Amino acid sequence: MTTTQPETRRLVVEMRDITKKFPGVIANEDVTLEVRRGEIHALLGENGAGKSTLMSVLCGLYQPDGGSLHLALHQEELCETVLRSPRHAIQAGIGMVYQHFKLIPTFSVTENILLGAEDTPTVLDLKQSGARIAEIAERFALPVDPEARVWQLSVGEQQRVEILKQLYRGAALLILDEPTAVLTPQESDALGETMHSLAASGVSIVFISHKLDEVLAYADRVTVLRGGKTAATVDVADVTKADLARLMVGRDVLFSADKPDAELGPDALVLHGVTAMGDRSVTAVNNVSLTVRGGEILGIAGVAGNGQKELVEVMTGLRTPTAGSVTVRGADLTGKSAIDFIQGGVAHVPADRLGQGLAGNLPLTDNVILKSFRSEPISHRSFLNKKAIREMSIRLIEAFNVLPGDPDAKASGLSGGNQQKLILAREIDATDRLAVGDEPAVLVAVYPTRGLDVGAIEIVRDALLNQRAIGAAVVMVSEDLDELRTLSDRIAVLHGGEVMGVVDPASTSKDDLGLLMAGERLS
Amino acid sequence: MSFPWKFELERRLEVSRWVSWGVPTLSVLAAFFFGGIILSLAGAPPIETYRAMAAGAFGSISEWADGNFFAVTETLVRATPLIFTGLAVAMAFRMLFWNIGTEGQLVMGAIAGTWVAIYLPDLLPWLPQTRWVYIPVGIIAATIAGAFWAFIPAIMKVKLGVNEIISTLMFNYIAILLYQQLYTGPWKDPEGFGFPGSAQFPEFSWFPKFSEIPVLNVLSGRIHFGFIIAVVIAGVLWVVMDKTRRGYEVRLLGENTNAAQYAGISVIKNVLFVMILSGGVAGIAGLSEVAGLGHRLQAGLDVGNGFTGIIVAWIAKLRPLSVVIVAILMAALFVGGDQLQISLGLPSSISSVLQGAILLSVLSGDVFTRYRLKITRVVVGAGVVGEEA
Repeated sequence: MTTTQPETRRLVVEMRDITKKFPGVIANEDVTLEVRRGEIHALLGENGAGKSTLMSVLCGLYQPDGGSLHLALHQEELCETVLRSPRHAIQAGIGMVYQHFKLIPTFSVTENILLGAEDTPTVLDLKQSGARIAEIAERFALPVDPEARVWQLSVGEQQRVEILKQLYRGAALLILDEPTAVLTPQESDALGETMHSLAASGVSIVFISHKLDEVLAYADRVTVLRGGKTAATVDVADVTKADLARLMVGRDVLFSADKPDAELGPDALVLHGVTAMGDRSVTAVNNVSLTVRGGEILGIAGVAGNGQKELVEVMTGLRTPTAGSVTVRGADLTGKSAIDFIQGGVAHVPADRLGQGLAGNLPLTDNVILKSFRSEPISHRSFLNKKAIREMSIRLIEAFNVLPGDPDAKASGLSGGNQQKLILAREIDATDRLAVGDEPAVLVAVYPTRGLDVGAIEIVRDALLNQRAIGAAVVMVSEDLDELRTLSDRIAVLHGGEVMGVVDPASTSKDDLGLLMAGERLS
Repeated sequence: MSFPWKFELERRLEVSRWVSWGVPTLSVLAAFFFGGIILSLAGAPPIETYRAMAAGAFGSISEWADGNFFAVTETLVRATPLIFTGLAVAMAFRMLFWNIGTEGQLVMGAIAGTWVAIYLPDLLPWLPQTRWVYIPVGIIAATIAGAFWAFIPAIMKVKLGVNEIISTLMFNYIAILLYQQLYTGPWKDPEGFGFPGSAQFPEFSWFPKFSEIPVLNVLSGRIHFGFIIAVVIAGVLWVVMDKTRRGYEVRLLGENTNAAQYAGISVIKNVLFVMILSGGVAGIAGLSEVAGLGHRLQAGLDVGNGFTGIIVAWIAKLRPLSVVIVAILMAALFVGGDQLQISLGLPSSISSVLQGAILLSVLSGDVFTRYRLKITRVVVGAGVVGEEA
C-alpha cells in the first residue's frame, strides 16, 4: 500500500534532544523523535516512560526545558519552531486526539467539528460546513454522518469524529494517545485501516501505545522510550515482539505463563438461572448458570457490553438478580447486599480502578482498609485502630511493591499499575484471610490487566495464578483472548447476556471463541 | 504585539505545611491592603480603622489589664451560632450532601426550644423545674426538631432523587415563615403590650451565663453555656469523623460513592445519619440563641447564621476543629465592623465592604494552595508559528 519507501520520504517532525523537567522528576531527557511524511510512527513505552510528556511538548501544552523542535508540515524545509500554545500547534498542522474524547454528546458531528475551529464564521451555515466535512471524510475514507448526534455514535465512530476534527483544522500530523484503549478488537482493526489510508494520503501519524501487538500490526517505525530517554528507533519490520519488550522494559519478558494442572476444590461460586436487569431496565444477564470451583480460573470472554458488567455485579452483590440464585461457599446469598458478599468470601478487583476500586483523594491507608475496616484489628467496636491500619498498609505495600510506598500519599498519585497492585494486595489479603479452612475464597477480577504495562501485567497474572494455586476460585473477565487462553482453565463466552458456551481453552481455537463472542453456538 | 510574560498556574505536587498556612495569611494581608485603599477613598484613615476594628473585636491591652474582656466575650457570643451552623454544614458537605438549609434547621430548633421552655412546664407539671432537667430536655427537643427538618429533604433525596440544594433551601422559608407566624400570632406574649415576641422563658430554662458558672466566671458579659456546647460538639464530631468507622464511611462516600458502595457501605443509611446529625447540630444553634440570649422567641433569629455557616465551613475546609477557629475570626470581623460605626462614625456599609474583601480573598486565595503561579518570559523567535494571529 506504500508507494515510496518510508526511508526516502522527507522528515516532517524532528524533536532534537528534548528535555522536560518537573519538580523532582525528569520526564524527558535528551529525547529525539523523527517522523516522516505519510508514516505511522508508534511511540512505545511503559507507563511513566515519558510518552505523554513528549507529546504534550509536541502539541504545545508544555515548553521544553532543553532541545529544539523542527517542523516541515506546511512547508518543504524543516524550520525550527517554538510552539507557545496548543493553538500554535494546531496552526502548525499538529492535531492531537486524546484518549478521552473532547466531544459534546448532544451536539451533531458538524457542530462538534466547528466548535473551536479557527475559521468558524459567526453565523453558522451548518449545511455548507456539513458538506465540507463530508467531503473531507470521503477524501480520507472516514465514514461519518455529519448530522448524527455524537451520543448516537459508537466509540469507534466518535474517535473518527475526533480525527476528522483535526483534519478539518488542517492537521498534517495526527497524534493519537493510546487510541485502542477504548476500542474493541474489531474497532481497533478498523482504526488500523483508517491509519493506513490516512498515511497513504500523506498524513503523518504518531500513535502512543504500550501494547506490543498493535505496534507491530499498525506501525511503520517505532520509537521506544524507557525511563524518560530514547531507548531506540527501529523499523517494525526488523524487530520481534520480544525485541520490543526488551527495549521497553530493559530485560527479557515472558509472554506465556507456566501453569500447573488445576487441583479442583469444592464449588465456591454457583450461579443458577440468573437473570438481571441492566441500568436501562433491559435484561442484561439472561438465565446464566455457572459454577466456579476452588483452584480454577474461569475466564469470561465477550465483546464489551454483553452483560459482563452486570454479571460481575451479580457475583459481587452490587446488583440484585430478578431471577435465579447465587450461592457463595455453600451459602445462598441471593438478594443479599454487597457487604454480605464481602463477608461471605467474595473479593473483587473492579474494572474501573479510580472510579470504583479506590478513592483517589484519600491516602493509601484509607484505601487499604476499604474491605477490612469493619473487622478486628482494623477497628474495635466503633473505633478505628490507626496503628493497625498503618501496619496493614505497610505490610501490603511491601508485599506488592507498590511505588511510591508512602502510606499517607493520595491513591490518585499512583500510576495505573501501582493502583492495580494496591487493589490486588487488598483483595488478595481478604481472600487469604477467608481461605482458612476447606472453603475456598472467590476472587472476581475484571479486566485486571487493562491499561497496564508489561511489567505490571506480569505481576497481576502471577498474583491470579498464585490465588489459583492456593485453592481460590478465580473469575477473570477479559477482552484479551490471548490472556484468557493463557490463564483460564475454562472460558465462558457471553453474548447478549447469555452464556454461549463454556469451553476448554486448550482445545478451542481463537476463531471459535470469536464465533461464540459473535453469538453463534458451536455445533 | 504581545505581553512579554506569560502567567500559568501549575498544580502543586504536594501542599507543604508552609503553603497551607502561609497562603491564607497572605490572602488576609492582601485583603487588608486593598481594604485600606477603599477606606482611604472613603476618607477613613486605614491604620486607625483597623486598630478600631481589632479593639472592637478583641478589646485593648488596657481593658484586659482591668479585667475587662467585654469585646472578646461579644465576639464569642457572635461566634457561637456560627460554630454550630459551620459544623452542621461541614458534616453534610463532607459527603457531598449540599445542605443549604441550616438556617431553617436553626429556626426549627429555636421553635422547639421555645415550646419546651414555655409550654412544657404546664404540660408536665411533675417535671422538676430546674436547669438540670430543662436544659437537657431543651437540647434534645431542638436536636430532634432540627434533625427532623433536615430528615425530610434527606429522605426526599434518597427515595425520590429530589435535589437537596433546592429542597433544603425552600425548607428555610417554610421554617422562617412558621417562626414569624408563631411569635407574632399564636405564641405572642399576652402581656407583651403588643410587641411581637413570645413570653419570656422561665429562668430554669435559660442557658447559664459564664458569670454564673464556677471557673468560667472570670468572663462576664453575655457569653453563655451555648459556646461550651458548640466547642464540645466540635470535639465530638472531630473524633467521630477522624477516629470511627462511621466517620470513615462518610469520608469514603464523600470522596467516591462508587468505591463506598463497592466496599459494602450503604448510601441511604449514611445520608440519613449525616443529615440527622447536621440538622440536629443546627437545631441546637437555634436553642442556644433563644435560651442563651433573648430568652424569648422574637425577631432576629433569621439573620443568616445558616448561610454564613456555609462560608465558615468552606474556609475551615470542612474540618470540625478549624470550624471553631474560623467561626471566631468571622465573628471578630462582624463585631469589629459594628464597632466602626460607634467609634469612628463610619457608615456600616464600610465594614461590610471589608468583610467581603477578606472573605473573597481568602476563598480565592485557596487556589494558590493547590496551584503555583509560574511566570515565564515569552521568547519570540524567528520561527514562532502563528505570530500573525
